[in-house]
Amino acid sequence: MEQQTIIKVRNLSKKFGSFEAVKNVSFTVNKGDVFGFLGPNGAGKSTTIRCLLSLISPDSGEIELFGKSLNKNRSEILSNVGSIIEKPDFYKYLSAQKNLEIFARISGANVSRKEILEMLDFVGLGDRAKHKVKGFSHGMKQRLGIAQTLLHKPELIILDEPTTGLDPQGIIEIRNLILRLKNEQNKTILLSSHQLSEIELIANRMVIINQGKAIVEGTVTELLNSEETLVRIEVDEAGSAVQLIQAKFNPQEITQISSKELEVFISKSRVPELTKELVLAGFALHSIEPKRKLEDYFIKTIQS
Amino acid sequence: MLLKNTYNELIKILSKPRSYLGLGALTILIGIIIFAMKADGESMVSFVTSSFEQTLSFNGKLVNGNLIAFIILQMLVVHIPLLIALVTGDLISGEAAMGTIRMLASKPISRTSIVLSKFFAGAIYTFVITIWLGILAVFVSHWVFGTGDLMVLNSDGLVILPESDILWRFGLAFCVAYLSLLTVATLSICLSAFAENSIGPIVATMAIIIIFTIIGSLDVSVFDSIKPYLFTTHMASWRSFFEQPVPFDEIMNSVVILLTHIVLLVGITIFKFNKKDITS
Repeated sequence: MEQQTIIKVRNLSKKFGSFEAVKNVSFTVNKGDVFGFLGPNGAGKSTTIRCLLSLISPDSGEIELFGKSLNKNRSEILSNVGSIIEKPDFYKYLSAQKNLEIFARISGANVSRKEILEMLDFVGLGDRAKHKVKGFSHGMKQRLGIAQTLLHKPELIILDEPTTGLDPQGIIEIRNLILRLKNEQNKTILLSSHQLSEIELIANRMVIINQGKAIVEGTVTELLNSEETLVRIEVDEAGSAVQLIQAKFNPQEITQISSKELEVFISKSRVPELTKELVLAGFALHSIEPKRKLEDYFIKTIQS
Repeated sequence: MLLKNTYNELIKILSKPRSYLGLGALTILIGIIIFAMKADGESMVSFVTSSFEQTLSFNGKLVNGNLIAFIILQMLVVHIPLLIALVTGDLISGEAAMGTIRMLASKPISRTSIVLSKFFAGAIYTFVITIWLGILAVFVSHWVFGTGDLMVLNSDGLVILPESDILWRFGLAFCVAYLSLLTVATLSICLSAFAENSIGPIVATMAIIIIFTIIGSLDVSVFDSIKPYLFTTHMASWRSFFEQPVPFDEIMNSVVILLTHIVLLVGITIFKFNKKDITS
Protein backbone atom coordinates (compact mmCIF):
# COMPACT_ATOMS: atom_id res chain seq x y z
CA MET A 1 0.00 0.00 0.00
CA GLU A 2 1.33 3.42 -0.95
CA GLN A 3 2.12 5.67 1.98
CA GLN A 4 0.44 9.03 2.30
CA THR A 5 2.86 11.92 1.82
CA ILE A 6 2.58 14.60 4.48
CA ILE A 7 5.49 16.86 3.48
CA LYS A 8 6.88 17.12 -0.02
CA VAL A 9 9.69 19.61 -0.59
CA ARG A 10 11.09 20.00 -4.07
CA ASN A 11 14.16 22.06 -5.05
CA LEU A 12 13.77 24.53 -2.21
CA SER A 13 16.26 27.41 -2.31
CA LYS A 14 16.68 30.49 -0.18
CA LYS A 15 19.32 33.21 -0.21
CA PHE A 16 19.98 35.88 2.39
CA GLY A 17 21.88 38.51 0.44
CA SER A 18 24.66 36.61 -1.28
CA PHE A 19 24.57 33.75 1.24
CA GLU A 20 22.78 30.65 -0.02
CA ALA A 21 21.20 29.19 3.12
CA VAL A 22 19.29 26.44 1.29
CA LYS A 23 20.24 25.05 -2.10
CA ASN A 24 17.77 22.88 -4.02
CA VAL A 25 16.72 20.85 -1.00
CA SER A 26 14.22 18.06 -1.64
CA PHE A 27 12.77 15.48 0.74
CA THR A 28 9.54 13.68 1.52
CA VAL A 29 7.95 12.87 4.86
CA ASN A 30 5.31 10.14 4.99
CA LYS A 31 2.39 9.78 7.35
CA GLY A 32 3.43 8.31 10.70
CA ASP A 33 7.12 9.06 10.16
CA VAL A 34 9.38 10.43 12.81
CA PHE A 35 11.56 12.12 10.26
CA GLY A 36 15.02 13.20 11.33
CA PHE A 37 16.30 16.41 9.82
CA LEU A 38 19.96 16.13 10.56
CA GLY A 39 22.78 18.53 9.98
CA PRO A 40 25.45 20.56 11.72
CA ASN A 41 24.77 24.07 12.99
CA GLY A 42 24.24 26.47 10.10
CA ALA A 43 23.44 23.65 7.65
CA GLY A 44 20.11 25.22 6.62
CA LYS A 45 17.76 23.16 8.80
CA SER A 46 16.05 26.08 10.52
CA THR A 47 15.71 28.03 7.27
CA THR A 48 14.04 25.02 5.63
CA ILE A 49 11.71 24.58 8.60
CA ARG A 50 10.85 28.28 8.62
CA CYS A 51 9.97 27.93 4.93
CA LEU A 52 7.68 24.99 5.83
CA LEU A 53 5.90 27.21 8.35
CA SER A 54 5.75 30.19 5.96
CA LEU A 55 7.92 32.28 8.27
CA ILE A 56 10.37 32.71 5.41
CA SER A 57 9.49 33.02 1.74
CA PRO A 58 11.64 30.69 -0.36
CA ASP A 59 13.27 32.11 -3.49
CA SER A 60 12.32 29.03 -5.49
CA GLY A 61 11.02 25.51 -5.06
CA GLU A 62 7.77 23.89 -4.06
CA ILE A 63 6.38 23.00 -0.66
CA GLU A 64 3.37 20.73 -0.36
CA LEU A 65 1.87 19.73 2.95
CA PHE A 66 -0.98 17.21 3.10
CA GLY A 67 -0.90 17.20 -0.71
CA LYS A 68 -1.63 20.93 -0.99
CA SER A 69 0.54 23.87 -1.96
CA LEU A 70 1.59 25.82 1.15
CA ASN A 71 1.58 29.02 -0.85
CA LYS A 72 -2.07 28.70 -1.81
CA ASN A 73 -3.51 26.98 1.27
CA ARG A 74 -1.47 28.50 4.09
CA SER A 75 -4.18 28.86 6.75
CA GLU A 76 -5.79 25.50 6.07
CA ILE A 77 -2.43 23.72 6.21
CA LEU A 78 -1.10 25.52 9.29
CA SER A 79 -4.26 24.68 11.23
CA ASN A 80 -3.09 21.07 11.02
CA VAL A 81 0.53 21.74 12.00
CA GLY A 82 2.03 22.21 15.45
CA SER A 83 5.54 23.53 15.76
CA ILE A 84 8.40 24.61 17.95
CA ILE A 85 11.03 26.63 16.15
CA GLU A 86 14.34 26.60 18.01
CA LYS A 87 13.52 27.54 21.60
CA PRO A 88 9.87 28.06 22.44
CA ASP A 89 9.35 31.64 23.55
CA PHE A 90 6.27 32.67 25.45
CA TYR A 91 4.78 35.81 26.92
CA LYS A 92 6.77 35.85 30.14
CA TYR A 93 4.32 38.12 31.92
CA LEU A 94 1.47 35.62 31.39
CA SER A 95 0.82 32.28 33.08
CA ALA A 96 1.31 28.96 31.28
CA GLN A 97 -2.45 28.60 30.96
CA LYS A 98 -2.95 32.13 29.60
CA ASN A 99 -0.17 31.57 27.06
CA LEU A 100 -1.85 28.41 25.83
CA GLU A 101 -5.21 30.18 25.72
CA ILE A 102 -3.69 32.88 23.50
CA PHE A 103 -2.22 30.37 21.04
CA ALA A 104 -5.34 28.17 21.18
CA ARG A 105 -7.53 31.10 20.06
CA ILE A 106 -5.58 31.45 16.81
CA SER A 107 -4.92 27.75 16.27
CA GLY A 108 -7.91 27.28 14.00
CA ALA A 109 -9.63 24.88 16.40
CA ASN A 110 -11.98 25.25 19.35
CA VAL A 111 -9.90 24.32 22.35
CA SER A 112 -11.69 24.38 25.70
CA ARG A 113 -10.09 25.46 28.98
CA LYS A 114 -10.46 21.85 30.18
CA GLU A 115 -8.45 20.62 27.19
CA ILE A 116 -5.75 23.21 27.91
CA LEU A 117 -5.45 22.00 31.50
CA GLU A 118 -5.37 18.37 30.31
CA MET A 119 -2.58 19.26 27.89
CA LEU A 120 -0.59 20.90 30.68
CA ASP A 121 -1.06 17.70 32.68
CA PHE A 122 0.13 15.66 29.66
CA VAL A 123 3.43 17.54 29.57
CA GLY A 124 3.82 17.48 33.35
CA LEU A 125 2.99 21.13 33.99
CA GLY A 126 -0.48 20.65 35.48
CA ASP A 127 0.54 22.08 38.84
CA ARG A 128 2.20 25.12 37.21
CA ALA A 129 -0.76 26.20 35.08
CA LYS A 130 -1.29 29.47 36.94
CA HIS A 131 2.42 30.30 37.28
CA LYS A 132 3.94 33.02 35.14
CA VAL A 133 6.28 31.72 32.43
CA LYS A 134 9.07 34.09 33.52
CA GLY A 135 9.76 31.71 36.42
CA PHE A 136 9.98 28.61 34.21
CA SER A 137 13.19 26.70 33.54
CA HIS A 138 14.28 26.03 29.96
CA GLY A 139 13.02 22.45 30.22
CA MET A 140 9.62 23.60 31.45
CA LYS A 141 9.38 26.05 28.55
CA GLN A 142 10.21 23.24 26.14
CA ARG A 143 7.43 21.12 27.63
CA LEU A 144 5.06 24.08 27.45
CA GLY A 145 6.17 24.47 23.84
CA ILE A 146 5.18 20.87 23.13
CA ALA A 147 1.82 21.47 24.85
CA GLN A 148 1.34 24.47 22.56
CA THR A 149 2.07 22.36 19.48
CA LEU A 150 -0.50 19.74 20.49
CA LEU A 151 -3.36 22.02 21.58
CA HIS A 152 -5.27 21.91 18.33
CA LYS A 153 -4.55 18.20 17.75
CA PRO A 154 -2.45 18.69 14.60
CA GLU A 155 -1.55 15.77 12.35
CA LEU A 156 1.98 17.07 11.72
CA ILE A 157 4.37 18.24 14.40
CA ILE A 158 7.54 20.12 13.49
CA LEU A 159 10.17 20.32 16.19
CA ASP A 160 13.28 22.35 15.47
CA GLU A 161 16.10 21.50 17.87
CA PRO A 162 13.70 20.70 20.72
CA THR A 163 16.39 19.56 23.14
CA THR A 164 18.89 22.39 22.65
CA GLY A 165 20.09 23.75 25.97
CA LEU A 166 18.43 21.06 28.05
CA ASP A 167 20.16 19.08 30.78
CA PRO A 168 20.34 15.26 30.34
CA GLN A 169 17.16 14.76 32.36
CA GLY A 170 15.36 17.34 30.23
CA ILE A 171 16.57 15.67 27.03
CA ILE A 172 15.23 12.31 28.19
CA GLU A 173 11.89 13.88 29.15
CA ILE A 174 11.45 15.55 25.75
CA ARG A 175 12.58 12.42 23.93
CA ASN A 176 10.05 10.30 25.83
CA LEU A 177 7.37 12.88 25.11
CA ILE A 178 8.11 12.67 21.38
CA LEU A 179 8.00 8.88 21.50
CA ARG A 180 4.64 9.05 23.28
CA LEU A 181 3.31 11.30 20.51
CA LYS A 182 4.41 8.79 17.93
CA ASN A 183 3.30 5.67 19.74
CA GLU A 184 0.11 6.86 21.48
CA GLN A 185 -1.16 9.49 19.06
CA ASN A 186 0.39 8.31 15.77
CA LYS A 187 1.57 11.83 14.89
CA THR A 188 3.84 12.56 11.96
CA ILE A 189 6.89 14.31 13.38
CA LEU A 190 9.63 16.27 11.63
CA LEU A 191 12.47 16.48 14.10
CA SER A 192 15.37 18.75 13.30
CA SER A 193 18.49 18.22 15.33
CA HIS A 194 22.24 18.21 15.35
CA GLN A 195 22.07 15.70 18.22
CA LEU A 196 22.84 12.53 16.32
CA SER A 197 21.90 10.20 19.14
CA GLU A 198 18.50 11.83 19.32
CA ILE A 199 17.73 11.11 15.66
CA GLU A 200 19.11 7.59 15.96
CA LEU A 201 16.91 6.83 18.96
CA ILE A 202 13.70 8.42 17.76
CA ALA A 203 13.57 8.72 13.97
CA ASN A 204 12.64 6.03 11.47
CA ARG A 205 13.58 8.11 8.39
CA MET A 206 15.95 10.99 7.92
CA VAL A 207 17.64 13.42 5.61
CA ILE A 208 21.13 14.76 6.16
CA ILE A 209 21.63 18.38 5.21
CA ASN A 210 24.91 20.24 5.04
CA GLN A 211 25.85 23.67 3.70
CA GLY A 212 22.29 24.12 2.49
CA LYS A 213 22.20 20.88 0.49
CA ALA A 214 20.35 17.65 1.21
CA ILE A 215 23.02 14.99 1.00
CA VAL A 216 21.19 11.75 1.64
CA GLU A 217 17.66 10.63 2.49
CA GLY A 218 16.33 7.26 3.58
CA THR A 219 15.35 5.09 6.53
CA VAL A 220 17.67 5.31 9.51
CA THR A 221 18.11 1.52 9.53
CA GLU A 222 18.99 1.35 5.85
CA LEU A 223 21.38 4.26 5.99
CA LEU A 224 23.19 2.91 9.01
CA ASN A 225 23.34 -0.68 7.86
CA SER A 226 24.34 -0.05 4.28
CA GLU A 227 27.83 0.95 5.30
CA GLU A 228 30.58 -0.96 6.98
CA THR A 229 30.63 -0.94 10.72
CA LEU A 230 33.45 0.40 12.80
CA VAL A 231 34.33 -2.16 15.47
CA ARG A 232 36.63 -1.49 18.40
CA ILE A 233 38.35 -4.64 19.67
CA GLU A 234 40.26 -5.08 22.91
CA VAL A 235 42.62 -8.05 22.85
CA ASP A 236 45.81 -9.13 24.66
CA GLU A 237 48.04 -8.47 21.59
CA ALA A 238 46.60 -5.87 19.23
CA GLY A 239 49.56 -5.95 16.81
CA SER A 240 49.22 -9.67 16.03
CA ALA A 241 45.45 -9.36 15.85
CA VAL A 242 45.79 -6.60 13.22
CA GLN A 243 47.98 -8.90 11.07
CA LEU A 244 45.49 -11.76 11.40
CA ILE A 245 42.50 -9.60 10.48
CA GLN A 246 44.32 -8.11 7.49
CA ALA A 247 45.23 -11.56 6.25
CA LYS A 248 41.82 -13.14 6.76
CA PHE A 249 39.37 -10.31 6.09
CA ASN A 250 41.26 -7.69 4.06
CA PRO A 251 39.26 -4.83 5.67
CA GLN A 252 38.86 -1.42 4.09
CA GLU A 253 40.56 0.18 7.06
CA ILE A 254 42.22 -1.10 10.23
CA THR A 255 43.99 0.93 12.94
CA GLN A 256 45.93 -0.16 15.97
CA ILE A 257 44.91 2.24 18.73
CA SER A 258 47.20 0.88 21.46
CA SER A 259 49.00 -2.33 22.37
CA LYS A 260 45.65 -3.82 23.35
CA GLU A 261 43.13 -1.97 21.19
CA LEU A 262 42.35 -1.79 17.50
CA GLU A 263 39.56 -0.46 15.29
CA VAL A 264 38.46 -2.06 12.07
CA PHE A 265 35.90 -1.17 9.38
CA ILE A 266 34.12 -4.36 8.50
CA SER A 267 30.73 -5.45 7.26
CA LYS A 268 28.32 -5.98 10.13
CA SER A 269 27.53 -9.52 8.89
CA ARG A 270 31.18 -10.52 9.22
CA VAL A 271 31.56 -9.48 12.88
CA PRO A 272 30.60 -12.94 14.29
CA GLU A 273 33.12 -14.58 11.92
CA LEU A 274 35.81 -12.10 13.00
CA THR A 275 35.13 -12.85 16.67
CA LYS A 276 35.33 -16.58 16.02
CA GLU A 277 38.66 -16.28 14.16
CA LEU A 278 40.25 -14.23 16.94
CA VAL A 279 39.15 -16.73 19.60
CA LEU A 280 40.29 -19.72 17.52
CA ALA A 281 43.68 -18.05 16.97
CA GLY A 282 44.12 -17.99 20.73
CA PHE A 283 43.71 -14.25 21.37
CA ALA A 284 42.28 -13.27 24.73
CA LEU A 285 39.31 -11.23 23.54
CA HIS A 286 38.35 -8.73 26.29
CA SER A 287 35.71 -6.76 24.42
CA ILE A 288 34.29 -6.12 20.98
CA GLU A 289 32.22 -2.98 20.54
CA PRO A 290 30.44 -1.88 17.39
CA LYS A 291 31.20 1.85 17.00
CA ARG A 292 29.67 2.32 13.58
CA LYS A 293 26.66 4.42 14.44
CA LEU A 294 24.98 7.48 13.13
CA GLU A 295 27.72 9.77 14.36
CA ASP A 296 30.32 8.11 12.19
CA TYR A 297 27.96 7.88 9.28
CA PHE A 298 27.06 11.53 9.66
CA ILE A 299 30.67 12.72 9.80
CA LYS A 300 31.63 10.49 6.90
CA THR A 301 28.69 11.68 4.81
CA ILE A 302 29.37 15.33 5.49
CA GLN A 303 33.09 14.97 4.81
CA SER A 304 32.41 13.17 1.55
CA MET B 1 -9.68 35.08 13.61
CA LEU B 2 -9.16 38.87 13.46
CA LEU B 3 -11.48 39.43 16.43
CA LYS B 4 -9.92 36.57 18.38
CA ASN B 5 -6.43 37.93 17.85
CA THR B 6 -7.53 41.48 18.71
CA TYR B 7 -8.79 40.03 22.01
CA ASN B 8 -5.39 38.32 22.42
CA GLU B 9 -3.62 41.60 21.77
CA LEU B 10 -5.73 43.39 24.35
CA ILE B 11 -4.91 40.70 26.91
CA LYS B 12 -1.21 41.18 26.17
CA ILE B 13 -1.50 44.97 26.52
CA LEU B 14 -3.47 44.65 29.77
CA SER B 15 -0.92 42.22 31.20
CA LYS B 16 2.12 44.44 30.61
CA PRO B 17 3.06 46.82 33.44
CA ARG B 18 4.18 49.47 30.90
CA SER B 19 0.57 49.79 29.71
CA TYR B 20 -0.36 51.30 33.05
CA LEU B 21 2.56 53.75 32.95
CA GLY B 22 0.56 56.01 30.63
CA LEU B 23 -2.52 56.00 32.82
CA GLY B 24 -0.43 56.49 35.96
CA ALA B 25 1.70 59.27 34.48
CA LEU B 26 -1.40 61.01 33.16
CA THR B 27 -3.10 60.87 36.55
CA ILE B 28 -0.02 62.25 38.31
CA LEU B 29 0.56 65.01 35.73
CA ILE B 30 -3.06 66.15 35.81
CA GLY B 31 -3.02 65.97 39.61
CA ILE B 32 0.05 68.25 39.63
CA ILE B 33 -1.55 70.72 37.19
CA ILE B 34 -4.80 70.84 39.16
CA PHE B 35 -2.88 71.29 42.43
CA ALA B 36 -0.75 74.06 40.91
CA MET B 37 -3.78 75.86 39.46
CA LYS B 38 -5.67 75.54 42.74
CA ALA B 39 -2.70 77.01 44.60
CA ASP B 40 -1.68 79.76 42.19
CA GLY B 41 -4.16 79.79 39.29
CA GLU B 42 -5.60 83.25 39.97
CA SER B 43 -2.23 84.99 39.73
CA MET B 44 -1.33 83.01 36.58
CA VAL B 45 -4.55 84.04 34.88
CA SER B 46 -4.26 87.67 36.01
CA PHE B 47 -0.80 87.72 34.42
CA VAL B 48 -2.47 86.90 31.07
CA THR B 49 -5.49 89.18 31.54
CA SER B 50 -3.43 92.17 32.74
CA SER B 51 -2.51 93.07 29.16
CA PHE B 52 -6.23 93.35 28.29
CA GLU B 53 -7.38 95.17 31.44
CA GLN B 54 -7.03 98.61 29.89
CA THR B 55 -9.60 97.76 27.23
CA LEU B 56 -11.64 95.00 28.87
CA SER B 57 -13.21 94.41 32.24
CA PHE B 58 -13.19 90.80 33.52
CA ASN B 59 -15.99 89.73 35.85
CA GLY B 60 -16.82 86.34 37.33
CA LYS B 61 -14.77 83.25 37.99
CA LEU B 62 -12.01 83.02 35.35
CA VAL B 63 -10.19 80.08 36.93
CA ASN B 64 -12.86 77.44 36.44
CA GLY B 65 -13.07 73.79 35.38
CA ASN B 66 -13.37 74.64 31.69
CA LEU B 67 -10.20 76.75 31.66
CA ILE B 68 -8.26 74.12 33.62
CA ALA B 69 -9.45 71.36 31.26
CA PHE B 70 -8.33 73.46 28.28
CA ILE B 71 -4.92 74.11 29.88
CA ILE B 72 -4.50 70.42 30.69
CA LEU B 73 -5.32 69.43 27.11
CA GLN B 74 -2.91 72.00 25.73
CA MET B 75 -0.08 70.91 28.00
CA LEU B 76 -0.49 67.16 27.71
CA VAL B 77 -1.26 66.59 24.05
CA VAL B 78 2.47 67.14 23.52
CA HIS B 79 3.46 64.46 26.03
CA ILE B 80 0.81 61.82 25.54
CA PRO B 81 2.30 60.59 22.22
CA LEU B 82 5.29 59.30 24.21
CA LEU B 83 2.98 57.39 26.55
CA ILE B 84 1.10 55.94 23.58
CA ALA B 85 4.30 55.03 21.69
CA LEU B 86 5.61 53.24 24.79
CA VAL B 87 2.91 50.63 24.28
CA THR B 88 2.18 50.68 20.55
CA GLY B 89 5.87 50.84 19.51
CA ASP B 90 6.31 47.49 21.22
CA LEU B 91 3.41 45.68 19.60
CA ILE B 92 5.31 44.05 16.71
CA SER B 93 8.97 44.58 17.60
CA GLY B 94 8.32 43.37 21.16
CA GLU B 95 7.14 40.03 19.73
CA ALA B 96 10.31 39.85 17.63
CA ALA B 97 12.49 40.66 20.65
CA MET B 98 10.73 38.05 22.79
CA GLY B 99 10.75 35.43 20.02
CA THR B 100 6.97 34.96 20.17
CA ILE B 101 6.65 36.34 16.63
CA ARG B 102 7.73 32.89 15.36
CA MET B 103 4.90 31.20 17.22
CA LEU B 104 2.40 33.86 16.18
CA ALA B 105 3.32 33.91 12.48
CA SER B 106 3.32 30.12 12.17
CA LYS B 107 -0.34 29.94 13.23
CA PRO B 108 -3.21 29.80 10.72
CA ILE B 109 -3.79 33.53 10.88
CA SER B 110 -2.75 35.78 8.02
CA ARG B 111 -0.05 38.35 8.58
CA THR B 112 -2.48 41.06 7.50
CA SER B 113 -4.82 39.95 10.30
CA ILE B 114 -1.92 40.02 12.77
CA VAL B 115 -1.13 43.64 11.82
CA LEU B 116 -4.79 44.69 11.83
CA SER B 117 -5.45 43.09 15.20
CA LYS B 118 -2.46 44.92 16.64
CA PHE B 119 -3.70 48.16 15.09
CA PHE B 120 -7.19 47.67 16.57
CA ALA B 121 -5.76 46.83 19.99
CA GLY B 122 -3.49 49.89 19.78
CA ALA B 123 -6.50 52.01 18.76
CA ILE B 124 -8.48 50.74 21.75
CA TYR B 125 -5.56 51.48 24.09
CA THR B 126 -5.24 54.99 22.62
CA PHE B 127 -8.98 55.46 23.08
CA VAL B 128 -8.75 54.44 26.75
CA ILE B 129 -5.88 56.91 27.29
CA THR B 130 -7.87 59.68 25.57
CA ILE B 131 -11.00 58.91 27.59
CA TRP B 132 -8.96 58.86 30.80
CA LEU B 133 -7.47 62.20 29.83
CA GLY B 134 -11.00 63.52 29.19
CA ILE B 135 -12.37 62.24 32.49
CA LEU B 136 -9.49 63.70 34.48
CA ALA B 137 -9.28 66.96 32.55
CA VAL B 138 -12.96 67.84 32.23
CA PHE B 139 -14.79 66.08 35.02
CA VAL B 140 -12.19 66.32 37.79
CA SER B 141 -11.47 69.96 36.89
CA HIS B 142 -15.17 70.76 37.04
CA TRP B 143 -15.43 68.94 40.34
CA VAL B 144 -12.48 70.83 41.84
CA PHE B 145 -12.95 74.28 40.28
CA GLY B 146 -16.61 74.41 39.33
CA THR B 147 -17.86 75.59 35.97
CA GLY B 148 -17.81 78.96 34.21
CA ASP B 149 -17.15 80.77 30.93
CA LEU B 150 -14.01 79.79 29.05
CA MET B 151 -11.45 82.38 28.15
CA VAL B 152 -9.17 81.29 25.33
CA LEU B 153 -6.19 83.23 24.06
CA ASN B 154 -5.32 82.40 20.49
CA SER B 155 -3.54 84.02 17.55
CA ASP B 156 -6.60 86.12 16.67
CA GLY B 157 -6.94 87.47 20.20
CA LEU B 158 -9.05 86.69 23.21
CA VAL B 159 -12.18 84.52 22.81
CA ILE B 160 -14.73 84.21 25.58
CA LEU B 161 -16.99 81.18 25.23
CA PRO B 162 -20.12 81.03 27.38
CA GLU B 163 -20.45 78.13 29.82
CA SER B 164 -23.45 76.68 27.96
CA ASP B 165 -21.50 76.54 24.68
CA ILE B 166 -18.46 74.59 25.83
CA LEU B 167 -19.14 70.92 26.53
CA TRP B 168 -19.79 69.95 22.88
CA ARG B 169 -16.54 71.67 21.94
CA PHE B 170 -14.64 69.53 24.42
CA GLY B 171 -16.41 66.42 23.06
CA LEU B 172 -15.39 67.12 19.47
CA ALA B 173 -11.94 68.35 20.52
CA PHE B 174 -11.31 64.99 22.20
CA CYS B 175 -12.44 63.20 19.02
CA VAL B 176 -9.85 65.10 16.93
CA ALA B 177 -7.22 64.70 19.66
CA TYR B 178 -7.94 60.97 19.56
CA LEU B 179 -7.38 60.94 15.81
CA SER B 180 -4.04 62.74 16.31
CA LEU B 181 -2.96 60.24 18.95
CA LEU B 182 -4.13 57.35 16.77
CA THR B 183 -1.87 58.67 14.01
CA VAL B 184 1.04 58.56 16.45
CA ALA B 185 0.05 55.04 17.54
CA THR B 186 -0.12 53.90 13.89
CA LEU B 187 3.26 55.48 13.16
CA SER B 188 4.89 53.63 16.05
CA ILE B 189 3.22 50.33 15.04
CA CYS B 190 4.54 50.89 11.51
CA LEU B 191 8.07 51.57 12.77
CA SER B 192 7.70 48.53 15.01
CA ALA B 193 7.34 46.32 11.91
CA PHE B 194 10.80 47.42 10.77
CA ALA B 195 12.54 46.78 14.11
CA GLU B 196 13.56 43.81 16.19
CA ASN B 197 13.64 45.65 19.52
CA SER B 198 11.17 47.77 21.48
CA ILE B 199 13.23 50.90 22.12
CA GLY B 200 13.97 51.76 18.46
CA PRO B 201 10.36 52.38 17.33
CA ILE B 202 9.53 54.37 20.48
CA VAL B 203 12.55 56.64 20.08
CA ALA B 204 12.04 56.91 16.32
CA THR B 205 8.39 57.91 16.78
CA MET B 206 9.31 60.70 19.17
CA ALA B 207 12.17 61.79 16.89
CA ILE B 208 9.80 62.03 13.91
CA ILE B 209 7.28 64.05 15.96
CA ILE B 210 10.01 66.43 17.15
CA ILE B 211 11.52 66.85 13.66
CA PHE B 212 8.12 67.42 12.01
CA THR B 213 7.10 69.86 14.76
CA ILE B 214 10.31 71.84 14.28
CA ILE B 215 9.82 71.89 10.50
CA GLY B 216 6.22 73.01 11.07
CA SER B 217 7.22 75.85 13.35
CA LEU B 218 10.13 77.12 11.23
CA ASP B 219 9.14 80.19 9.27
CA VAL B 220 11.17 79.17 6.21
CA SER B 221 9.56 79.22 2.78
CA VAL B 222 11.33 76.07 1.62
CA PHE B 223 9.14 74.04 4.02
CA ASP B 224 5.90 75.82 3.17
CA SER B 225 4.88 73.26 0.57
CA ILE B 226 5.21 70.27 2.89
CA LYS B 227 3.92 71.78 6.13
CA PRO B 228 0.22 71.26 5.28
CA TYR B 229 0.88 67.52 4.80
CA LEU B 230 2.78 66.86 8.01
CA PHE B 231 0.57 65.13 10.55
CA THR B 232 2.14 67.19 13.33
CA THR B 233 0.70 70.34 11.71
CA HIS B 234 -2.77 68.92 12.37
CA MET B 235 -2.17 67.45 15.82
CA ALA B 236 -3.28 70.68 17.49
CA SER B 237 -6.34 71.18 15.29
CA TRP B 238 -8.55 70.20 18.25
CA ARG B 239 -7.90 73.75 19.45
CA SER B 240 -9.94 75.09 16.52
CA PHE B 241 -13.13 73.96 18.29
CA PHE B 242 -12.46 76.74 20.79
CA GLU B 243 -12.48 79.48 18.17
CA GLN B 244 -15.48 81.61 17.35
CA PRO B 245 -16.80 80.79 14.77
CA VAL B 246 -15.50 77.22 14.58
CA PRO B 247 -13.52 76.74 11.30
CA PHE B 248 -15.11 73.42 10.39
CA ASP B 249 -13.49 73.39 6.92
CA GLU B 250 -10.01 73.59 8.42
CA ILE B 251 -10.85 70.92 10.96
CA MET B 252 -12.24 68.62 8.25
CA ASN B 253 -9.06 69.15 6.26
CA SER B 254 -7.01 68.13 9.30
CA VAL B 255 -9.22 65.09 9.88
CA VAL B 256 -8.78 63.98 6.26
CA ILE B 257 -4.98 64.40 6.44
CA LEU B 258 -4.76 62.50 9.74
CA LEU B 259 -6.99 59.70 8.39
CA THR B 260 -4.88 59.54 5.21
CA HIS B 261 -1.76 59.15 7.37
CA ILE B 262 -3.42 56.35 9.35
CA VAL B 263 -4.49 54.46 6.22
CA LEU B 264 -1.08 54.89 4.57
CA LEU B 265 0.83 53.83 7.68
CA VAL B 266 -1.36 50.75 8.21
CA GLY B 267 -0.88 49.89 4.52
CA ILE B 268 2.91 50.21 4.80
CA THR B 269 2.89 48.06 7.96
CA ILE B 270 0.83 45.32 6.29
CA PHE B 271 3.07 45.38 3.20
CA LYS B 272 6.28 45.27 5.24
CA PHE B 273 5.07 42.57 7.63
CA ASN B 274 3.82 40.38 4.80
CA LYS B 275 7.18 40.61 3.03
CA LYS B 276 9.23 40.12 6.18
CA ASP B 277 11.27 36.95 6.63
CA ILE B 278 10.96 36.00 10.26
CA THR B 279 14.46 34.95 11.21
CA SER B 280 14.53 36.07 14.86
